[in-house]
Amino acid sequence: MSSIAIRVENLSKQYRIGGQQKGYKTLRDTLTETLISPFRRAGGLLRGQPYGASKLDETIWALKDVSFEIKRGEVVGIIGRNGAGKTTLLKILSRISEPTEGQAEIRGRVGSLLEVGTGFHPELTGRENIYLNGAILGMKKAEIERKFDEMVDFAEIERFIDTPVKHYSSGMYVRLAFAVAAHLEPEILLVDEVLSVGDAAFQKKCLGKMGSVAQEGRTILFVSHNMIAVRNLCSRAIWLQDGFILHSGATSGVVDSYLRENSRTESIDAMATIIRSLPSDPAFRLDSVDIRQDGRPGNVVVNGQPVEVAIQYSVLQRTTGLRVYFDLCDDHGNILIRTFHDDDANAIPTVDPGDYESTAVIPANLLSPRTYELRIRATIFNVRTCTGDGIGILLQVEASSGINRGYPQDVIRSALQPKIPWRTRKKA
Amino acid sequence: MPSDSHIIVVKPSKGWISLKLKELWEYRELLYFMAWRDIKVRYKQTVLGAAWAIIQPFFTMVVFSIFFGKLARVPSDGLPYPIFAYAALVPWTFFANGLNQASNSLVGSANLIKKVYFPRLVVPISGVISGVFDFILAFLVLLGLMLYYGIIPTLNIVWLPFLLLLTITTSLGVGLWLSALNVQFRDVRYTVPFLTQFWLFATPIAYPSSLLSEPWRTLYGINPMVGVVEGFRWALLGTDTAPGPIIIVSSMVALALLVGGAFYFKRLEKTFADVI
Repeated sequence: MSSIAIRVENLSKQYRIGGQQKGYKTLRDTLTETLISPFRRAGGLLRGQPYGASKLDETIWALKDVSFEIKRGEVVGIIGRNGAGKTTLLKILSRISEPTEGQAEIRGRVGSLLEVGTGFHPELTGRENIYLNGAILGMKKAEIERKFDEMVDFAEIERFIDTPVKHYSSGMYVRLAFAVAAHLEPEILLVDEVLSVGDAAFQKKCLGKMGSVAQEGRTILFVSHNMIAVRNLCSRAIWLQDGFILHSGATSGVVDSYLRENSRTESIDAMATIIRSLPSDPAFRLDSVDIRQDGRPGNVVVNGQPVEVAIQYSVLQRTTGLRVYFDLCDDHGNILIRTFHDDDANAIPTVDPGDYESTAVIPANLLSPRTYELRIRATIFNVRTCTGDGIGILLQVEASSGINRGYPQDVIRSALQPKIPWRTRKKA
Repeated sequence: MPSDSHIIVVKPSKGWISLKLKELWEYRELLYFMAWRDIKVRYKQTVLGAAWAIIQPFFTMVVFSIFFGKLARVPSDGLPYPIFAYAALVPWTFFANGLNQASNSLVGSANLIKKVYFPRLVVPISGVISGVFDFILAFLVLLGLMLYYGIIPTLNIVWLPFLLLLTITTSLGVGLWLSALNVQFRDVRYTVPFLTQFWLFATPIAYPSSLLSEPWRTLYGINPMVGVVEGFRWALLGTDTAPGPIIIVSSMVALALLVGGAFYFKRLEKTFADVI
């Protein structure tokens, strides 16, 4: 018995991007083309060529020479930006679409989850859809029957099990769909970004389920944009970019460099764009926001050291009651901390026109290893807000504070993780 | 326990590929659920519900009886014209609906095809199979009509399952070609109603095939629905023109359509998810 579950060798997939051929020149050309092309197409068709194959279409490689091996029981995350080829890879491994070149060898029963609720029919009841969806995902009827109660429990929809799903709320629908998917028990599970659905509590439940599946020793290939999930679940990560494997290895290294790479492009390019798109204000203009640690800019930081948030802005006219502030939010948008720049002043300040920089220092040993959002805003007290919704910057925090160090695999559930002094002594 | 018996090799396929009937058999439960879904859903939110399964052939029979039977005085092999036409319309309706379902089945299941792997043959097959339910309803009415006209079926009724199978074979055979074509050419959607209408008149439903003399009558069996329709009349109503040779020709053509369609379907299958 081999210890390799998936072996991928030089896998490539070429897509034809929709026939933008040379434009029609004249009416006569158009007519001839219209008259002739059906026959030409029919000819190509009988030879089994796909639509339009005879024409010189533009093509792109969605995947190019991708090779890797995954051992039995490994949980591997696939990360990368949209269009990097992640879903294409899963589709090929699930045999939904065929590679153009190369091959993959998969040892074991495969279950793939590219979407939850595929094949749900709105007219059918929850019960009927469980059977239908289960069968579509490759479960046997007996297996569905055995797990039926468990699925209904998981979805928390006992009362509505015999109601057509078209009357379900979207939350119920997603829960039911995921419940079926979560009870799939293949040896190899291929999961696309399916955890991005549902409310926060349910997402957590799904991640928990995925985690327990992983612990049962099943092989999982997991595509996600949620770096926290990847970090928690996967031992190894593969970073795809433009159809190539850019980086592959232990999760933390790959995820870190991915985040650093993305934060650079996103914070500089995107921030300027977002700042420009803010509503203009006669008294206040946000110029830029820098996040620094140890003097180095970047929004991937560690929680063992303080983080500086430097806000540069211009005051355009003499203003009383200007407050520059930011919210530290968790990844569901809940505000954990709100803090104002005038906390160092005793009276309501009046500021003169000019360029300013206000810097806040988030102390060491406060943040938890996770992704936060910093939402930067300005307001004139009792008058108006100056920045609309403000701008949001992702802050990726890594563990270095030593909190929880004895049990790093035990994920910290609190949104903040301040270092609280503890003392334990043995009583006489 | 992980087993090495499940080794899947994913690679580009070349040329004509195997039908993988064994795999199709493994997915029989999915086939069952899909057909079951089609049946359950078909008449949801309709007032008349499953009555539609009867209305369609029955009213066609009424119209045919008035225009062809009464006005044009088309011969009906010595049988009352209504039952002569209806006995043909029951398998015909099954065939035409099955063909229509199968042809549009892949495009209708586009989302499924893009997101889940399963043998794609399941989709058109379940489309045809789900029509069996409607067929049974319409068939019960046929039995009622026979009772009304006092026609007792002959022993040849034992051939009926075979004739039903021939109908399914024809319907699926053509349906496979069209469904695969439909993925790339949505023209098929507009072709199917035209095709079935044309085919209806090319099949001896409103008239008997005995209007033709041999060998043309046997040759007529090249249209597999001729074998089906004449077979139904022969098995149920006891028309004395034994359709043996016609049915043999029809069966061979139907089988050729099915096998050819299955291989053509299988050949295009790999492109479905990308093109649909």
